[in-house]
Amino acid sequence: MTNKFEILLIGLNHKTAPVEIRECIGFTGDESQQALLDLHALEAIHEVLLVSTCNRVEVLATTPDKDAAARQIVSFLSEMNNIPAADFEGNLYQHAGDEAVRHMFRVAASLDSMVVGEPQILGQIKEAYRAAATKRTSGVILNRLLHKTFLVAKRIRTETGIGDHAVSISYAAVELARKIFGDLEGRKVLLIGAGEMAELAVEHLIRNRADAVLVANRTFERGVELARRFNGRAIRFEEITDGLETVDIVISSTGASDYVIRRDQARGVMRRRRNRPLFFIDIAVPRDIDPEINRLNNIYVYDIDDLKGVIEENIEDRQRAATKGERLVDEAVIRFRQWYESLDVVPTIVGLRRKFEQVIRAEVGRTCPGGSAQGVAEDALDKMVNALVNKILHDPTTILKCEEGHGNKAQLLAATRKLFKLDDNDTC
Amino acid sequence: MDIGILGTLGLYSLSTVAYVVFLFMQKKGMHRYGVWLLVAGFVIHSLSIGYWTFMSGHIPVNTLRDTLSFAAWAVAGVFLLFHHRYRLKIMGIFAAPLATVIMAVVATMPVTTMAAKPMLKSIWLVAHVTFIFVGEAGLALACGLGVLYLTQEKAIKSKKPGFFFRRLPSLGQLDTAGYGCILGGFLMMTLGLIMGVVYAKAIWGRFWSWDPKEVWSGITWLLYAAMIHMRLSVGWQGRRSAIMAILGFATVLFTFLGVNLFLSGHHGEFTR
Repeated sequence: MTNKFEILLIGLNHKTAPVEIRECIGFTGDESQQALLDLHALEAIHEVLLVSTCNRVEVLATTPDKDAAARQIVSFLSEMNNIPAADFEGNLYQHAGDEAVRHMFRVAASLDSMVVGEPQILGQIKEAYRAAATKRTSGVILNRLLHKTFLVAKRIRTETGIGDHAVSISYAAVELARKIFGDLEGRKVLLIGAGEMAELAVEHLIRNRADAVLVANRTFERGVELARRFNGRAIRFEEITDGLETVDIVISSTGASDYVIRRDQARGVMRRRRNRPLFFIDIAVPRDIDPEINRLNNIYVYDIDDLKGVIEENIEDRQRAATKGERLVDEAVIRFRQWYESLDVVPTIVGLRRKFEQVIRAEVGRTCPGGSAQGVAEDALDKMVNALVNKILHDPTTILKCEEGHGNKAQLLAATRKLFKLDDNDTC
Repeated sequence: MDIGILGTLGLYSLSTVAYVVFLFMQKKGMHRYGVWLLVAGFVIHSLSIGYWTFMSGHIPVNTLRDTLSFAAWAVAGVFLLFHHRYRLKIMGIFAAPLATVIMAVVATMPVTTMAAKPMLKSIWLVAHVTFIFVGEAGLALACGLGVLYLTQEKAIKSKKPGFFFRRLPSLGQLDTAGYGCILGGFLMMTLGLIMGVVYAKAIWGRFWSWDPKEVWSGITWLLYAAMIHMRLSVGWQGRRSAIMAILGFATVLFTFLGVNLFLSGHHGEFTR
């Protein structure tokens, strides 16, 4: 006997589909709530979950008929997004059973992400699951599957350390700052110049609870504007030396052709700072900070190439961690399959019990009218026992005696002896 | 005492193994084993020292063997306190092996008994020795933190974060904890020296007798006092503080062992 429902996954991601297709197929927050309900309403679909991010769309479902379900999901995606199915069918992947489970585990553990090990995807799947749970589009199988998915993802994160180290320049800068200062709470940041990467780094630092941002820009107005964005204060370019006395982290990204901060300047600043550590992050090319400054005590200078070197090493580490993660996924898939197969057993047992109960209740009702056993003659009880045995064993006996057993009669006999423990030495 | 020593040595060694495994594998459970094995070792060690103090009627510090054992006890105890205060997991990688090595040396030394002298029974002496040793254990930890600081600093300055960069705490934490150890150690050492001076007055009739150990203790004390002063006045922190912690402890070691081995004086008889 097989399960009534199969697990089916249809989706596309950054590897199989270009961004033009992904932006057509994707759902925004409200859309995806409605889409989830619409999917659930499809005839061939029993339980369903919809994950939609900028890098992937995944429809995870259980279905009694996976071919019909696949067809319905594809045409739903096509109608919903007003795009002919032929345009994106080639970008879709489709997994069933174990493969669908494995895919789900890998996606949640960020083994399938563009940046392997990035942490956002797990949150997005949790969000999708929360929607499915509140809208009651998920049931026994998907609840269990998602529950396991979160456990696997968490286990991979803690055991392989896949997300431990930064793989982007601005995160690497934050990680270094933490290794220098420990806690970033209350650390002051000075931004010299402007630029996407530098501003991103400032944002990361603020998110890590650094405070009081100073902004120095050659155009004071631009500095004021930036400072407002970070809730900070603008200073004039000539005030940088004074600013260095109070800040802890300096991010520099100007278009200057020569060094903005020189060694002697830094040395004087350190004396006035009473040697409190100072960390320069130099994102500019050509460089803003004299690299010689790195040789002074308690000052650390990282330029863009240094940061790249750091993340390259981290990327290699993540790849090693990912290999380990795949092994954990394999284990989890096997365990899930065992649970999934055990699902077959439950309805069988329930059915058996129901059948026996019906037979016994009917016989007892006949022997003791009114439900009372008082005044029932002994031979009436004997009769009832005989009738019970006959009725309960009627179907098994007929099947065992049946001549058209397709060559599996021996199996059937063995199973029967085992099920009812007719041979003493049998164990489970 | 031998069973106590061997039991202690065994537990300290296991704790060291746990810490080494923790350093490489980064499994939190290993770190917990490390701590609890060290706690167990420390308890047995304390019982053993307590037993011998009770049996002989004086604190066991009259042979080099006993003194070293006492030093290892102080290192383990101060580390456990420190661990409680600063939560720098990795620090055990320094303290546990240090206690283990000292105990290994102790275990190989022959047991020599000496007639208990009445001078050993003074409460002043017990206090003097205990404070000094606890203080020196704190300074030993500061030295270990200094080494870790320099290792981490090298990883950051050379821009090749690797094995240690990931495993060691931040420079800020190492520096703060190191300074804490120096302050605590210095305070204990100061108290211990005061006890010693008072005790000297009581039995020899003078506070200070230019004995080599006294002179070197004075030098050590001045060195640490200067270190703390420079940190407070002109900000000797970070790298310089780490180097000073290591140099300072080298002086401590010389005062503790070198003076007894190379110079003579009235402390000599305790460690021969």
